[in-house]
Amino acid sequence: MSDSREFDLAATSVRELNQYLHAELPGSDVTRISVQNPNGQHSIGAGLDCPVEVDIHGHAGYFIAGMNKQARVTVHGNVGWSVGENMMSGQVRVNGHASESAGASAHGGLLVIDGDASSRCGISLKGGNVVVAGDVGHFSAFMAQAGTMVVCGNAGANLGDSLYEAVIYVGGSIDSLGADAREEPMEASDVEALRDLLTEAGLEGDAENFRRVGSARSLYHWNAEAHQEY
Amino acid sequence: MCGIVGLLIRRAEMRASLGQLAVPMLDCMGDRGPDSAGLAVFEDRVETTGLGFSLYCPGGEDDWDALLEQHRQLGGDEVSLDVNADNALLTSPLSPLAVSEWLEREWPGVDILSAGSRIRLFKDEGHPRDIASRYGFESLIGTHLVGHTRMATESMVSPAHAHPFTAGEDFCLVHNGSLSNPNSVRRRLQRRGIAFQTDNDTEAGCRYLEWRMREGDSLEEAIEAAFGELDGFFTFLMATADKMVLVRDAFACKPAVVAETEDYVAVGSEFRALAHLPGVADAHVYEPSPQTIYSWSVVEAGSTQTTAVVS
Repeated sequence: MSDSREFDLAATSVRELNQYLHAELPGSDVTRISVQNPNGQHSIGAGLDCPVEVDIHGHAGYFIAGMNKQARVTVHGNVGWSVGENMMSGQVRVNGHASESAGASAHGGLLVIDGDASSRCGISLKGGNVVVAGDVGHFSAFMAQAGTMVVCGNAGANLGDSLYEAVIYVGGSIDSLGADAREEPMEASDVEALRDLLTEAGLEGDAENFRRVGSARSLYHWNAEAHQEY
Repeated sequence: MCGIVGLLIRRAEMRASLGQLAVPMLDCMGDRGPDSAGLAVFEDRVETTGLGFSLYCPGGEDDWDALLEQHRQLGGDEVSLDVNADNALLTSPLSPLAVSEWLEREWPGVDILSAGSRIRLFKDEGHPRDIASRYGFESLIGTHLVGHTRMATESMVSPAHAHPFTAGEDFCLVHNGSLSNPNSVRRRLQRRGIAFQTDNDTEAGCRYLEWRMREGDSLEEAIEAAFGELDGFFTFLMATADKMVLVRDAFACKPAVVAETEDYVAVGSEFRALAHLPGVADAHVYEPSPQTIYSWSVVEAGSTQTTAVVS
């Protein structure tokens, strides 16, 4: 039998909530958590490690659902910096907008932003998937190593700077590509992978009209003769 | 780190609550800047023939009466002094230069924090919560204010190094970030005869902008020029007698969040500084874009206009 719990962060501290999520929740009958009055506080639901649905009602702060494993977290509002940073598995969804470094260093799982994400979205991505329904700011996917970033809207300047093996799909315009990032042809396998990701994220989008950005791999090896001119 | 806050009231009836709304903003941002804090409020003052000078005299409670008495001998009966702990607003018909020279001569322990027809400025060492209570920020009334909570990184902790910084009249600046070329900016301004009170990077930025405005630039034009002259990281929040202006550098590493309603425009480093404001759940909440000037004017009682200039 499933059970649910509600936490009001106007009356309970984030520390008490997170201690419950870490220590008491795993193995209990609770499958749904509702969090009220986040009021922009930081680190709500950081370090979750069990299959639970968490709904955060309102605008939240930095590091929301950081390091998430298994849980499905939905923020019904905006978030500050580094939502879902270092996520390992599970899903984090933001109904509003996300500030900087959304999904930073995520190793696994899916981060969905229904609004816009700010600069450095998907920075140092390590295998997770990030899907943004709106736009992303400058230096997004900076040094992204593995995984996929999907931008249904427009991308800001220096997209994919110093990219490793992560792949970026962009539906709208790209202000500029960063060093070593290049546009590549969309293969049938790209369209299929993108379609699957959009479906998983619950978003509409014509996968065939996206562009693919990948690494030119010219920065993989030090070139002493480049004179720092890239 | 460091925290910045700003609040411009659009609905005239709410101006009596300006301080009350702003204190939790400063208190909350104490997490980002616990070592010192300051605030500049722009008041609707009764018409006087002189300017207001915010004075700071640490442990100066006993001196204010004598200071007022002596200044009245120079400025006559129009001189007044509104004392608030170590801070006092001197209203004087004398010029800023004359007041400054007189203080240097007669009251060397007293600093001028601001000068102008509407600005009143407080800054001090300590946790923002304690400073707010020391000077009774809750009872401040006015059209707009900007505040700062400091975590010092590049120059010492002292009341003089706390923000806001001012230059000229009715202009102030609070800063989250750090400039990397303040010394060359300062030296260039010093060669033009501009005097500095501290070695703080923000003071260099503040005096640069005020110098551009004295050369004929609008604040917005001065900021455009600053994009080419000031190197480093910054979220700058500025205020003049009738404006609040926000700008972030091109990299935008230093945060800012804006909440706008029909009643007010609020700015904070983080949303949690704004979470207590009335009606914020339905406010237009957004993150300002890099290298874009956001300017909100107090056009007349009860209304403002907003302009965003994209450069």
